[in-house]
Amino acid sequence: MATALLVAAVAAAGIVWLNRGDEPPPVQTHEALLALPGGPGETAPVSLDTTLYLPERTPAPAVLVAHGFGGSKLSVDADARELAQRGFVVLTWSARGFGRSGGRIALNSTDHEVADARGLVDWLAKRPEVILDGENDPKVGVTGGSYGGALSLLLAGTDKRVDALAPVITYNDLSQALVPNSATLGEVAGSPSANAFADDGVFKRSWAGIFFASGMGAAGLANPSAEATEAGDEEPRDSGGAAAPVDVGRPDRLPTPDDGNPCGRFVESVCRAYAQVATTGRADQATIDLMRSVSPSSVTKNITQPTMLVQGEQDTLFGLDQADATARQISAAGGEVKVVWYTGGHDGGKPGPGLRGEIADWFDFHLRGLGDDPGTPFEYAVQGALRAQGAPSVRTVTASGYPGLTGGPATERRAVRVDGVAQTIVNPPGGNPASISSMPGLGSVISGSARLAGRVAIDLPGQSARFASPPLDQQLLIAGASTVRLRVSTVPNLPAPDGAVLFAKLYDVGPDGVRTLPGSAVSAFRVPGLPTDGTPVEVTVALPGIVRPIETDHRIELVVTTTDQAYATPSQAAAYKVELASDTSVQVPVVAGARSSSAPPAGPLIGIGIVLGIGLIAGIVGMIRRRREDDVDAELTEVPLVIENLSKSYPGGLRAVDSLSFRVERGQVLGLLGPNGAGKTTTLRMLTGLISPSDGQIRVFGHKIHSGAPVLSRIGSFVEGAGFLPHLSGRANLELYWAATGRPVERAHFAEALEIAGLGNAVERKVRTYSQGMRQRLAIAQAMLGFPDLMVLDEPTNGLDPPQIHQMRDVLRRYAATGRTVLVSSHLLAEVEQTCDHVVVMHRGKLVAAGSVDEIVAGGGEATFRVDDPESAAEALRGVTGINAVTVEGSLVHADLDGLPRSAALSVLVKAGVAVEQAGPRRRLEDVFLELVGEGS
Amino acid sequence: MNENGHKDVPVVIHTNVSTVHTDPAAIDEMAVAAGKESTGFGPDGSVEGFRQGRTLPLRVELVRQLRRRRTQFLLAFLVVLPFLLWAAFEFGSSDNARRSGGFVDLATASAPNFVVFILFATGSFLLPMIVALFFGDTIASEASWSSLKYLLSMPVPRQRLLRQKAISSGLLSLLCLVLLPAVALAVGIVFYGTGEAVSPTGDAVSFEDSMLALVFSIAYISVNLLWVAALALFLSVTTDAPLGAVGGTVLVSILSQILDQITALGDLRDYLPTHWSFAWSDLIATDIDWSNMTKGAFSAVTYAAVFFFLASRRFRTKDITS
Repeated sequence: MATALLVAAVAAAGIVWLNRGDEPPPVQTHEALLALPGGPGETAPVSLDTTLYLPERTPAPAVLVAHGFGGSKLSVDADARELAQRGFVVLTWSARGFGRSGGRIALNSTDHEVADARGLVDWLAKRPEVILDGENDPKVGVTGGSYGGALSLLLAGTDKRVDALAPVITYNDLSQALVPNSATLGEVAGSPSANAFADDGVFKRSWAGIFFASGMGAAGLANPSAEATEAGDEEPRDSGGAAAPVDVGRPDRLPTPDDGNPCGRFVESVCRAYAQVATTGRADQATIDLMRSVSPSSVTKNITQPTMLVQGEQDTLFGLDQADATARQISAAGGEVKVVWYTGGHDGGKPGPGLRGEIADWFDFHLRGLGDDPGTPFEYAVQGALRAQGAPSVRTVTASGYPGLTGGPATERRAVRVDGVAQTIVNPPGGNPASISSMPGLGSVISGSARLAGRVAIDLPGQSARFASPPLDQQLLIAGASTVRLRVSTVPNLPAPDGAVLFAKLYDVGPDGVRTLPGSAVSAFRVPGLPTDGTPVEVTVALPGIVRPIETDHRIELVVTTTDQAYATPSQAAAYKVELASDTSVQVPVVAGARSSSAPPAGPLIGIGIVLGIGLIAGIVGMIRRRREDDVDAELTEVPLVIENLSKSYPGGLRAVDSLSFRVERGQVLGLLGPNGAGKTTTLRMLTGLISPSDGQIRVFGHKIHSGAPVLSRIGSFVEGAGFLPHLSGRANLELYWAATGRPVERAHFAEALEIAGLGNAVERKVRTYSQGMRQRLAIAQAMLGFPDLMVLDEPTNGLDPPQIHQMRDVLRRYAATGRTVLVSSHLLAEVEQTCDHVVVMHRGKLVAAGSVDEIVAGGGEATFRVDDPESAAEALRGVTGINAVTVEGSLVHADLDGLPRSAALSVLVKAGVAVEQAGPRRRLEDVFLELVGEGS
Repeated sequence: MNENGHKDVPVVIHTNVSTVHTDPAAIDEMAVAAGKESTGFGPDGSVEGFRQGRTLPLRVELVRQLRRRRTQFLLAFLVVLPFLLWAAFEFGSSDNARRSGGFVDLATASAPNFVVFILFATGSFLLPMIVALFFGDTIASEASWSSLKYLLSMPVPRQRLLRQKAISSGLLSLLCLVLLPAVALAVGIVFYGTGEAVSPTGDAVSFEDSMLALVFSIAYISVNLLWVAALALFLSVTTDAPLGAVGGTVLVSILSQILDQITALGDLRDYLPTHWSFAWSDLIATDIDWSNMTKGAFSAVTYAAVFFFLASRRFRTKDITS
């Protein structure tokens, strides 16, 4: 046991030691303030606060990691470190207007922030740690989340030196992100999450406000802080968003002269544009132009570098439609695009370790040719609609490519019929109260909770039109933005000069009526120019991009509302009639995953093969070893039992049997006599192969006994107590015992054996109800089954009453009379004397005496007389010729009569005038035995 | 009455020892029958009609086990369990656990989901316990009844005894592992219909495919529980107390599961025998990932081989003293 523990401890230590190899390599950091040109409209150069992360081995390719809106270089420290540990030189910096950097926020203006990034690429080209592609052209990739993601795209579109990029949860067109319009008179593109991106949208005021406030220093709500759940994670990262502290300001932000300025650190044009849209609720052309000029959509036509677009499924700020548009534009420009939708987003969480690793893999391959080609697949994470604790709730579906890109097939769309009559819905004056779909900035708190996810949505009666599908007859996995054609018209006497502002959402309705709004997402759209006569305008509405499995028996429900708290809605009261267009179906995008058809890993399979092989070999070796030559002594084949020099020592030095030798002949009833603890039972156990001798051997009919020796089948035994299955009847026990020997039933002689047991009807009772004596008799019957040539009975009369003992003697004698042999052990002299014809006396494991009972009991010719006057009697006997060895012992006189009959000796005593009370053979065995027992007790 | 027509024995229902007796005529009969019986024997010393390879046939061992109350109760319990769970879902109170999209909805989505749920619910404790019960009890209970020595002195060779015992325990365990999901499936079909199997990750597998997945799941669970079987058998030959062998095995399983909860152990947990016990859930997917199941099978087979070897070695040389 101690050895086993030691081995286990050494093994554990070894494993721990091996695992130490996983320690991350060290990363060196260098901080620097770099001065870069201020750009148009700026009087002074800006100073950027940068950190350079150096991997263990340089030179290496570089990666720029840009931070999100409201953050600073510190907010991407962990990501940068992780990439540096993967072997990249990583440069982070605080963008203009953020952190300790100077300058003002121009929203990724090409001449400002993007120019800064180009300056940083120049700077990297001069660093000796960075591998160069050419003169002033470092090998560099760029990544970043949200604001930083947009910078990645803008930099790649304006600087060909960028070799690969991985923008995360970012926008394609800021004007469509903040002032979206999802309805068009025409068609939407063929990609899974394409949006109409029509002009004159609806202002997303909550998010815009949070975004703007972030620029003023209130960072916390703009970017997700917790990590999103990934495939393989066992628990949904419940309340992860709530657990993370919400920052209300960056500690590293310096007080600036801008404090107290309503524009904060924004440049005037941005500030003015925001004020314009925020106060009026409609964006004018100048505002739209500004937003478009700083959007990646302005440069995506130039991006040909390999791009990995990561977008979140929980994102009411920059939804899947934004990445969709980017992917189409880059693809059209000839760039290769890998699209990944993960479970997070601005409402969900940052990419988890798996996705970050995938981004690093992207740079590994595209910057230094390491690893497998990631290709351009489309991956999307599916979060199950039904959750179980302790089970992963997310899986990743991988398709060969993003559908609807240039040269590729369009997305498969499945028509799901929805029903509903034309409904009239009202926009309340002031747009209040409003329906609720999402909680911008708090979305991650909500989406992290299984209880709240998608359930906060409220549609107000009178403001919403509903169109529901019948229950689905099989699961429908929505992957992207469904589209629906709607007819919108005015109601008589309530014209809508500005057009109708409406919100469309797609619910998952369970059979119990519980409604879930996947992604908390809503599509805002404006139908301009509604004819006053009530003629309907038919538009195609792109519903929000979501990933959601709609289970069997669930329904989808399309809801069109007039209000949404997150958006700026018209303040004047209005009413519209909304109805489905003639095809009355929602076109749902589905993207089938490619079967990975991955074979099981080879390593464990080979391991299983090796283990099975070793097991097989061990089995064969064991079989060969067991098939040892049967050890037969040909001279002894007629002798039932020969024990030679048998010894058994137990651990601890107890020598239970010590050099025991005796022999039993056919037809004998041999008694093995000895006090308790003499080694009788141990001898019998060795005889039946249950324990192995330390020394010496036992031969039964010439065959040496070992465990499982076939000759044991000629022995019927009852050793130290009965062994029956207590839940079975006596008869069933005997029958099953015999069945287990595998011998023919007719050889068992159940009837005779049960008669001997004499249990009557009790044989049908369960053995657990038997008394000790009944068990004993049943056990003897069991030993007798098949009439074995050698029957071994250990204390057979224990627990039997005198008449039964008497019968048992008879049974054993008669049994031996059939030419068979019986070996009986007992600690009672009388028992052996009356039952056996031969006896072996044992004491303390050693043979004391052996021979026929008569011989030993009679002690040769010796006789004992009980007399009144022992001295005279001894005198008289000594006088007779032939009588010698006369001894006196109390009132007893012993003498060796040497062939003289006891009657002759008796008459001598009578003649000598001695009164004889008793005369008989001298019981020497008893003397010996009593001595032993006396000593033993 | 006996078949030899020994009709003069009065048939009395004896209830205590003193009235149980052997009729003198029976002794005569025995002596006559024994005298007639031939005493032929083979060259290896075995009595006529005895062959080692025929000892302790599986059928006999299965009858010995199946006639135990314990086995019967267990099988009955496995039949009843799915009904109990159905009733619990049906009549359970309607608070937290019933919320839409939660665990009850997942379990009752369809018949295959109900089966998967039951396999999940029983997978960490009940199934290992059943296997531990059959394998841990098999030798130790014979030792505790003192019947082991009579089996061995028949003689059933020790390796054969161990093998036959292991095979019959395995068959009984397999019976339980099949019976439970089979009843659950029947209950599920009746109450929840033959819908798609839906996984927590939102994957949907058609009913037909899910049947195949369930067959593979049971096969995997059976393989994965081999380590429990082997450990229980090892403890069974080591101790004479059946409870010790069964309890010890269950204890090790629980310990392994507790350690598996400690995420700080990281990759070390891969070496825990229970780490892969739920890898079969990968089968409820449209795109099946076999890697975890392969690792789990490797882990289980390796542990099982070690413990089976130890059990075999221990039993081969052990002194039977009970």
